[in-house]
Amino acid sequence: MDHIVEVRNLRKDFGDTTAVKDISFSVKRGEIFGLLGPNGAGKTTTIHMMLGLTRPSQGHIKIFGQDLEQHRVEILERCNFASAYVYLPWNLKVWENLYIFAEIYGVNKPKERIEYLLDLFEITKLKGHITGTLSAGEQTRLNLCKAFLNEPEVLLLDEPTASLDPDLADKVRKILRQLQKEKSITVINTSHNMLDVTELCDRIVFVHNGELIAEGKADELMERFGGASLEEVFITIARGGHLEGATK
Amino acid sequence: MNWRRVRALLLKFAFICSRNTFRAMDVFFWPMMDLLVWGFLTVYMLRMGNTVPGAITFLIGSVIMWNVLYRAQQVISVAFLDDVWSRNLLNIFAGPVRVREYIAATYITGLIQSTIVILFLSAAAAVFYSFNILVLGIPLAALFINLLLMGWWLGLLTTGIIVRFGPPAEALAWAIPFLVQPVSAVFYPVSILPPWLQPVAKIIPSSYVFEGMRQIIEHKTFDGNSLFISFGLNVVFMIMAALVFRYYFEEARTKGLLAKYGT
Ligand SMILES: Nc1ncnc2c1ncn2[C@@H]1O[C@H](COP(=O)(O)OP(=O)(O)OP(=O)(O)O)[C@@H](O)[C@H]1O
Ligand SMILES: [Mg+2]
Repeated sequence: MDHIVEVRNLRKDFGDTTAVKDISFSVKRGEIFGLLGPNGAGKTTTIHMMLGLTRPSQGHIKIFGQDLEQHRVEILERCNFASAYVYLPWNLKVWENLYIFAEIYGVNKPKERIEYLLDLFEITKLKGHITGTLSAGEQTRLNLCKAFLNEPEVLLLDEPTASLDPDLADKVRKILRQLQKEKSITVINTSHNMLDVTELCDRIVFVHNGELIAEGKADELMERFGGASLEEVFITIARGGHLEGATK
Repeated sequence: MNWRRVRALLLKFAFICSRNTFRAMDVFFWPMMDLLVWGFLTVYMLRMGNTVPGAITFLIGSVIMWNVLYRAQQVISVAFLDDVWSRNLLNIFAGPVRVREYIAATYITGLIQSTIVILFLSAAAAVFYSFNILVLGIPLAALFINLLLMGWWLGLLTTGIIVRFGPPAEALAWAIPFLVQPVSAVFYPVSILPPWLQPVAKIIPSSYVFEGMRQIIEHKTFDGNSLFISFGLNVVFMIMAALVFRYYFEEARTKGLLAKYGT
């Protein structure tokens, strides 16, 4: 089984709004995969469907070869998730929050794992702090610690580096790269940070109005759409130009 | 059912409560205020002297037992609201948490808090009003269990409504018990209700509990049958509440509401 994640003809209607029209993609083990697209394109909705939080109107999601609707808990035990917009209980201490999620994910030796991750994301000194007092970037790093607790095979990240300064964003990218090499972790992430996407993603899909309209590596997309940077490509596609360059 | 996850959710709630004085007030302060009001009313009515003690001290028992039901119901919904308010809901359900594990954790929290409330209020009632709850004897356990069960399903139902209708429905966490209070025969017998309302009271499990409690205090007799009816009704309502909750939860997933309230 080569493809660890398979999304087929996913569609999501919220009343009259079609958030996701028709999205299909597959992701290989060890691949870092980027969902790129303008605000309201349907990226977060796609991620939420892949976590079983939102039920698709149509289509199927298979992770580890198993159907998500039928094997939600077994699948989610081996995945994890972080978003810049989802928090941990604010009046708990940092280590308490991590301990609770380590227990939820059934982590072996939770204390060692927590120490390791706090050190990895350089927030060991915040261990005893109340979560609500952390700065936005510190919260983001805490969310990432939580996301790595169970050594996930598949990691879903929704704008994970949204509030990190360039230095830390770079460190986080390096950590993701390192884990990809060492553990063959699969990452699916959305980001509006073009540097993130260019440097990190092995493959990018461009989502627009709930549909995939382009797919490839960053340099391939730049070549195809004639942009000097991914940012230019983004703006071109988002404004609906040069779509003839797109291959589905 | 994975008990390690249930324990983790319980631990989360314990941490949240331990940092929040207002949560401690829910368990100790507000029930105490309730007891004081009804306790003083009882003292006043006794002093007026036109009533037999047994016929009036039951009010203190009523207020203690009502708080058992209220606490169990409320804490279940508030535990869910905690996750909504702290924008943590998605982290929980994006994790390997089964809905029934989540509910089990809230039920256990309800059990713990109701137990604390009955112990605390009983002690306070003994000190302030010389009211001894142990006069209820062994049946006290059956009364308690039935109220706890009712608090559980009422709490589950409330949470279901909040899941489906979101923040506008939050106040129901505190209000729902007062919807059943008039037909629960807490402070007066079912026979006082207008005839058309009495059948409603007959299908509310708590009415049997409070009627049973009064019977023990006033007449020193105990009707085991009525508590079986209460238990049976609780089982039926528990199943119905679970079905309603599941329906609303799936609706929330379909409408993307977990994500909407959770972020
Ligand atoms: N629960 C919901 N109910 C109704 N409409 C929704 C719901 N969730 C999302 N939508 C709509 O679906 C569309 C896609 O939203 P989504 O959050 O997936 O976009 P996105 O690509 O993540 O955008 P952004 O870059 O701004 O995060 C938007 O038009 C949004 O208004
Ligand atoms: Mg989004």
